[in-house]
Amino acid sequence: MSLDEIKIGGLGASRRRVEDNRFIRGKGNYVDDIVLPGMLYMEILRSPLAHARIRSIDVSRAWAIPGVRLVLTGEMMQARNLAWMPTLSYDTQAVLATDKVRFQGQEVACVIADDPYIAKDGCEAIVVDYEPLTPVVNPEQAMADDAPLIRNDKVNQNDNVIFDWEVGDRIGTDQAFAEADVVSEIEMHYPRSHPSPIEACGSIADFDRSTSKLTVYMTTQAPHIIRAAVALVAELPEHMIRIVSPDLGGGFGNKVPVYPGYVASILASILTERPVKWIEDKTGNLISTGFGRDVYLKGQMALRNDGKILGVRMHTDSDHGAFFADAQPSKFKIGLMHSAFACYDIPSAHLTARGVYTNKAPGGVAYRCSFRVTEAMYFQERMVQAAADDLGMDQAQFRRVNLVRDDDFPHRTPFGFLTDSGQYEKCLDIGLEAIGYDDFLQQKEAAAERGRLLGIGISTMTEPLGAGNSREYDILGIKMFDSAELRVHMTGKAILRTGAKTQGQGHETTWAQIVAHELGIPAEDIVVEEGDTDTAPFGMGTYASRSTPVAGAAVSMVSRKIRAKARKIAAHLLEVSEEDVEWELGRFHVRGAPDRGVTIQECAMAAYSNVPDGMEPGLENNAYYDPPNLTWPFACYIATVEIDPETGVWDVLRVVAVDDCGVRINPMIVEGQIMGGLTEAYAMANMQFITFDEDGNCIGSNYMDYLLPTAWETPGFELHEVVTPCPHHPIGAKGIGECATVGGPAAFVNAVMDALKGHGVRNIDMPLLPDRVHEAITQRHDVSGAPPVKGS
Amino acid sequence: MYPSRFDYQAPSTVEEAIALLSAADGEAKVLAGGQSLIPMMKLRFASPKTLVDINNIPGLDYHRADADGTYRIGALCRHADLEKSSTLAAHQPTVAAAAPLVADPIVRTRGTFVGSVCHADPQGDWASVMVALDGRIVAQGPGGRQRTIPVKEFVAGPFQTVLATDELAVEAVIPAVAGTRAGGYLKLERRVGDFATAGVAVALELVGDVVRQAGIGLTGVGAATISADDAAAALVNTTLDPDSVENAARLAAEVSRPRSDHRGSADYKRHVVATFVRRILADVKRVHPEAA
Repeated sequence: MSLDEIKIGGLGASRRRVEDNRFIRGKGNYVDDIVLPGMLYMEILRSPLAHARIRSIDVSRAWAIPGVRLVLTGEMMQARNLAWMPTLSYDTQAVLATDKVRFQGQEVACVIADDPYIAKDGCEAIVVDYEPLTPVVNPEQAMADDAPLIRNDKVNQNDNVIFDWEVGDRIGTDQAFAEADVVSEIEMHYPRSHPSPIEACGSIADFDRSTSKLTVYMTTQAPHIIRAAVALVAELPEHMIRIVSPDLGGGFGNKVPVYPGYVASILASILTERPVKWIEDKTGNLISTGFGRDVYLKGQMALRNDGKILGVRMHTDSDHGAFFADAQPSKFKIGLMHSAFACYDIPSAHLTARGVYTNKAPGGVAYRCSFRVTEAMYFQERMVQAAADDLGMDQAQFRRVNLVRDDDFPHRTPFGFLTDSGQYEKCLDIGLEAIGYDDFLQQKEAAAERGRLLGIGISTMTEPLGAGNSREYDILGIKMFDSAELRVHMTGKAILRTGAKTQGQGHETTWAQIVAHELGIPAEDIVVEEGDTDTAPFGMGTYASRSTPVAGAAVSMVSRKIRAKARKIAAHLLEVSEEDVEWELGRFHVRGAPDRGVTIQECAMAAYSNVPDGMEPGLENNAYYDPPNLTWPFACYIATVEIDPETGVWDVLRVVAVDDCGVRINPMIVEGQIMGGLTEAYAMANMQFITFDEDGNCIGSNYMDYLLPTAWETPGFELHEVVTPCPHHPIGAKGIGECATVGGPAAFVNAVMDALKGHGVRNIDMPLLPDRVHEAITQRHDVSGAPPVKGS
Repeated sequence: MYPSRFDYQAPSTVEEAIALLSAADGEAKVLAGGQSLIPMMKLRFASPKTLVDINNIPGLDYHRADADGTYRIGALCRHADLEKSSTLAAHQPTVAAAAPLVADPIVRTRGTFVGSVCHADPQGDWASVMVALDGRIVAQGPGGRQRTIPVKEFVAGPFQTVLATDELAVEAVIPAVAGTRAGGYLKLERRVGDFATAGVAVALELVGDVVRQAGIGLTGVGAATISADDAAAALVNTTLDPDSVENAARLAAEVSRPRSDHRGSADYKRHVVATFVRRILADVKRVHPEAA
């Protein structure tokens, strides 16, 4: 009799997260929990100014403090050729400033001391003489003729433009616009945000001179990339580098890049020959590490009167801060921005993109998204709503007219990606039904007569998840496959290691479920380990919803290799030929004689005690998986809101989410991902942004200014599902981690804009703060751009 | 958190605390709830040489009404004590309205009413409430010397009070009134625990349907807590008729001195002040139909 897959914690089981057992007991092991003998502590002195020349740095008073062991400056880094480091976007980034500071919060010096208090005292004792320069705080200023040159360190860089790039079919798009009945236009800004994981970044570098081995415990979502970077950039021998990423308190993309603090702690350990711990504080994290978004978007849509979209033009001006350090591995300058409109059947599209330097923190990380898809999908869904309004068409009907149909797959997107599966209209229908669309429109009308402002917003989108196939992605030239190694012990228990790195996603739970599905070994009999480059197989880490699409596929594939060997052992044990052995979950039996069988556990014991002649003993293997395509989940998010016309405060009435991420490994974890993503989407729409004043001071350097919603504000979410298996993934799964963050914001903003229909307002840029909504209502105009910090 | 070095003292009597403050010669800070002081020490905006922790002093955690109606709040009464009180609303509706809006639940558990007033943050809710209620702070100095300071005079500016370096604020006092206390507190914040975009405290004494006394305090719309005296005066001896309400709302907005910032423009904040004055007074009329 076959095993019950749900009972053994296989595919589809809402198994409780095994890692939570230690997390909720305070038994997690984070970088800051690790204490090594003789360890020193490092603190970073940061620039108070956004743009200034460094005249001099006087560290003598810091050295004089008892307990200070080392003071690092840019000059000392320079002497070792470490003052600058390469970025993942093929630019350079200062480790410690030498010539100029280029953003507020930039790393200027480090003090290494016996305890963190002394290290901080040491930083306060350093005197830096700055000559202030004019700061550049937005793309418009950056591109002005008389703009100060930010990157005067770079040869041949004569302005602040990083790239001018285009993609798509310019001529075909021009033709579409020539044939259009209506051209709809919109301009918007996606404000700067920050992933802000609960745990900030940190590292402990431990260089052992006696063995020449460098061990670095660090907050990284991609330990093997770090090892490769250290080996290739610092030219240290790869086998003498061990990167350990222990438990991570969230990542959201923030822990992909290499930060100056990591590099400085490594050099400090080499110089002091003692372990050096650096733990960033929350302000340091918010003002200096990889941010998300900060893009100005302009678009035009060519429309036919019947609602058909003929073509789209997009232009983006992206603000990358002082260094082009976007942590994105695609071969495209503006990431996957051109995944926009992938769910709609649009004949032609063209995108131009310009990136600029400003005196702001560098980054452009994929904050819970695949490299600019958040901006792409926000733009798409805001544009779609504007177009529907311009045509006088119902927003749901307008989507229905243009969504790709179920029988149109594989489908070439307007910018040339290939989508492979989906039931888009079904998702939309479920969403409309759940929210009670027609009823709400009636309620809205009735409420309007009493002066109340109700609105409904829809966002439908598919996005490319799971970077990525080796044609279009690499990091430092390394292909973006991922890996799994499975060892089944003689008692049928197992250890699984992958090249991914969980940071809250629950890999320790879900990877075991995939193995349980493939081998019938109960999930609780499988331990999952990740994050130590000395033990884990090489992989590219966890971000961009790539774990399940890539590493998860490798888990499936390695399990199948184990099953293939176990089948041979089973044939040997059952004394039949391999062709006569049939698999059922957890057991092989003789074809036609289901009673004659051996379990996978019996095969495991035989692998170590009774293998057939000529077979290697043991039951372990590994698999490397290079995905043939990205996975394309689909989502339909619908929000209803009510605005207080007197104050501009808006409340969310309901949120309905319909997600199709293919086969769900652990439905509970999937739902958690969706709720978390919707919370972040709500935050972006409602309250969250990092802005800068005219002097380049970061407004958003702490959690009183950069707001994370609490349970108090966060609305409830009603979740629904559709399952369209991914045709190329071994178990039919698609990415899900970022869908709601990506698709959610437009649903909230569209709802507010819907409530304001007829008020002469076309767009309010996020966040939709009460004063911005109030301004739009009373002044009857758009409210655009980053929230300004004006003088009084 | 890595503050500068400091000495820590935990006296067990008020007199001992005052002696420690005197000895520190202005270099000491009093630690009560610590919800503002500790973050400032973390950021090293505050680097006191000595912390005088008053949490071990018994008998300061009360809030109660005297027989004559005078309301007293001890130096260690937490925001949450007020929030959870079942009797407060009947005595002090403005205080009761503000209590659940102070910061967030975590801060309310530790933070103290008197400490918040002493912190004199223009974003602080309690100073506005006390200004509206014409509340007092009782300061005790060496030798048992006590003085009672109206909060309007107690708050000297942003983060500044007239408290002497050797004085401890031991109690907040809200005077009794002959009539009925009415009023409310409204605050606009982007998220629970956010600083106020704007906040308004209104405290009235009603006799029958007539306003006998009125006070209006404004939060977060100036460099310090604002007492909107003209706006309050516009309500005295009225029955909260629409014209008087509108006058008060307009005058409160006019006396506001907000800055445009990432919480909103100055004009918007003034508009919110006027709106909140109207809303609180509409609510008073709803609760006290005799005053309508």
